[in-house]
Amino acid sequence: MHLEVSEIRVERGGRRVLDGLSFALAAGEALIVTGPNGAGKSTLLRALAGLLPLAAGRIAVTGPKDAPPCREIVHYLGHVDGSKASLTAAENLSFWAAILGRGSALRPPEALASFALAHAADLPLAVLSAGQRRRVGLARLLIAARPIWLLDEPMTALDTASRARLLDFIRAHLGQGGLVVAATHAALDLPNARQLALRH
Amino acid sequence: MGDALAALFWREVKIARRTGGAASIGIVFFLVLATIFPFAVGPDLNLLARLGPAILWIAVLLSTLLGLDRLFQADHEDGSLDLMLTSATPLELIVLVKCAGHWLTTALPLVIVAPLFGLALAQDAAALARLTLSLLVGTPALTLIGAVGAAVTVSLRRGGLLMAVLVLPLAIPVLIFGVSAAGIGATDPVPFAAPLAILGALSLAAIAGAPFAAAAALRYAGE
Amino acid sequence: MPNIANPTIFLSFVRRLLPWSAALAIILLTLGLYLTFFVAPPDYQQGETVKIMYLHVPAAWLSLFIYIVMTVAALGTLVWRHPLADAGQKAAAPLGAAFTFICLATGSLWGKPMWGTWWVWDARLTSVLVLFLIYLALIALWQAIEEPGRAARAAAIMTLVGAVNLPIIKFSVDWWNTLHQPASVFRIGGPAIAISMLLPLIVMAIAATFLFLTLHMMAIRNEILRRRLRRLTILAAEQSDAPAYIAPEPAR
Repeated sequence: MHLEVSEIRVERGGRRVLDGLSFALAAGEALIVTGPNGAGKSTLLRALAGLLPLAAGRIAVTGPKDAPPCREIVHYLGHVDGSKASLTAAENLSFWAAILGRGSALRPPEALASFALAHAADLPLAVLSAGQRRRVGLARLLIAARPIWLLDEPMTALDTASRARLLDFIRAHLGQGGLVVAATHAALDLPNARQLALRH
Repeated sequence: MGDALAALFWREVKIARRTGGAASIGIVFFLVLATIFPFAVGPDLNLLARLGPAILWIAVLLSTLLGLDRLFQADHEDGSLDLMLTSATPLELIVLVKCAGHWLTTALPLVIVAPLFGLALAQDAAALARLTLSLLVGTPALTLIGAVGAAVTVSLRRGGLLMAVLVLPLAIPVLIFGVSAAGIGATDPVPFAAPLAILGALSLAAIAGAPFAAAAALRYAGE
Repeated sequence: MPNIANPTIFLSFVRRLLPWSAALAIILLTLGLYLTFFVAPPDYQQGETVKIMYLHVPAAWLSLFIYIVMTVAALGTLVWRHPLADAGQKAAAPLGAAFTFICLATGSLWGKPMWGTWWVWDARLTSVLVLFLIYLALIALWQAIEEPGRAARAAAIMTLVGAVNLPIIKFSVDWWNTLHQPASVFRIGGPAIAISMLLPLIVMAIAATFLFLTLHMMAIRNEILRRRLRRLTILAAEQSDAPAYIAPEPAR
C-alpha cells in the first residue's frame, strides 16, 4: 500500500487553501501534519478522504491488489464523530461497521472494551461524557479494517490513559502495514513518522 | 451493501422511535391544520364534506414537507454524512433508504390517522377509502421531492422556510392528482383510476429521480 | 488565476458586443412598437385591447426561453464547474422572474376587459404563475447561500429539477383545468392569425429576445466583477502570499 499525493490544489469558498502540495507515504509510515489554525490541515484530510474535489493534482493509492477508490479505504476521524445520542454505543458502532464494511476487524463490544468502555456498550450516548463519546468515535477505527487512517486532532478531549491507548493502536496499525495521516497540535510519539508543516 | 442499507434503515427507525419527536409532532401539526380549517370556512358540514379531501391533502402536504428539513441536517452536523460518503454504498441508495425510513415513521402515521380526521369532516366510507388510498400512493412522492429540497438547504441553519418555498411549487402535480383521486366532490362522479395511476407514476418517478438530485446536493454540501 | 482567464476574455467580448446588441434591441423595439400601434389592426371583437398581446406573448416566450438558458448554464455549472456558467445562471433568474411577471401582469390586464375580472385560473396563466414561483424560489436560494460557488451548485440542482418538473406541472395544471372548467379562454395563434398581426408579433419577440440578451450580458459582467471584488477582499483578509510548505522529511 502506497499513497502518493502530487501537486494538489484545493480551493474552499474561493480561497486557495492548499496549493502545489506533494508527498508520498509507504506502508507502515505516518505523516504528522502541523500548522496554525486555518493553514489547511483539516482541508488536507478531507481532500484525502475524497470529501473535497481537487482543483489540480492527484491523489493515488497503489496497493498489492487493484486498490478501490481512496475514499472507500480510509477511516476519516473528524472533529465530530457521526454518532447519535439516542443510540447506544454498541448500536452506533455496529451501524458504522455495516456502512464502512467490517473486514477482519474487531466486533463492537471488543472495540469498546479496547477503549475501556465495555460497561457502556448498552448505554445511550446521551448519558456518556464528552471524553467517553470521543472514545466511542475512536473505537470506530477498530471495527472496520481500513488501511488508511485520517485523524483530525485525534487527541482532543482524551485523558492521558486514553491517549496512550490510542497511540498503541496507531502503532499497531502502522506495524501491520497501515498508513496514518494525523493533523495535530500536540506532538505524537510514533515510529516512521514524517512531518509536514503547513503555514499560511 | 444490503447489510449496510438494512442497518441504515433500522437506525433511522430506531432514532425516530426513541427521540419520538418527528412523528408525533407531525401528527399533532396535522391535527392543528385540520382543526383550523373549519374555523376559516365555517362549520357547515355540507361545505366541509365537499372541501374535506382538499383540506386533508393540504394538511398532509404541509406536515410531510415541514417535517423533512432535518432529514439530512442532523447527519450533516454530526459528521455522519462525511462517513457515509466514505462508504462503498452509493449515496443515492443511502438517500433512498433514509427517505424510506422517514416515510415509514412520519408519513405513514399521517396516512393512518387521516381517515379519523376525515370522519370529523363528514366524509363517508367510500370517500375515506379513496382518501386513504390516494395518500398512501402519493406521500412517497412528497417525501422524495421534499428530500431534494432538504438536501439543497442542508447547510443552511434556518433552511426550513426556504425549503418549503423551493419544494411546494414542485409538489403541485402530486396535490392535483392526489386531491382528484381522493374525490373533489362527494356527490358528482369523479374519475378515480386515472388520477390514482398518475399519482402512482409520480411517486415512482420521484423514487427513481429524486435520490440522484439529493445525493448530488449532499456531495456539494460536504465541500 | 486560471479561472479568471476565460471570464476576462468574456468581459472584453461583452465590452465590444454590448453597444451593438443594445442598439439592435432599441431599434427592433421601436420598430415593433410602431408596427403594433400603427400597422397592426384592432381585433373586431377585442378592439384595441388586443395590442396587449404584442407585449404579453414575447414576455411569455422569454419566460420559457430564460429558463432554458438557465438550465444550460446549470449544466455548465455542474459538469464543468465553470464560473461563467455560475454567473450566467445567477444573472438569468431575476430577469426570468421580471419577464414572467410582465407576462402575468399583461395577461391580467388583457383579461380584465375580456373576462370582466383581473384573474381567472386559466390553465395557461396558472402554469406561468407556477413558473414565476419557481423563479422566485431560485432567487431566494441564491440569496440564502453566501458563498457563490456553493450557491451556484445548489441553484443548478434546483434548476434542473425544476426543468424536469415543468412539463409535468404543465400537464397536471392542464388536466386540473379541464376537470374544473371545460375550455381555455385564451385563443391566440392558429391559422386564423393574419400576417398584419403576425409580423409585429415576430418583431416584438425578436426585440424582446435581444433586450434580454443585452440585459443578461450586463448582469453577467456585474456578477463577474462582484466575484472578483469578493476574491480581492478575501486576499486582503489573508494578508499573506500563497501558501508555502516545508518539504516533508523523515524524522527519526
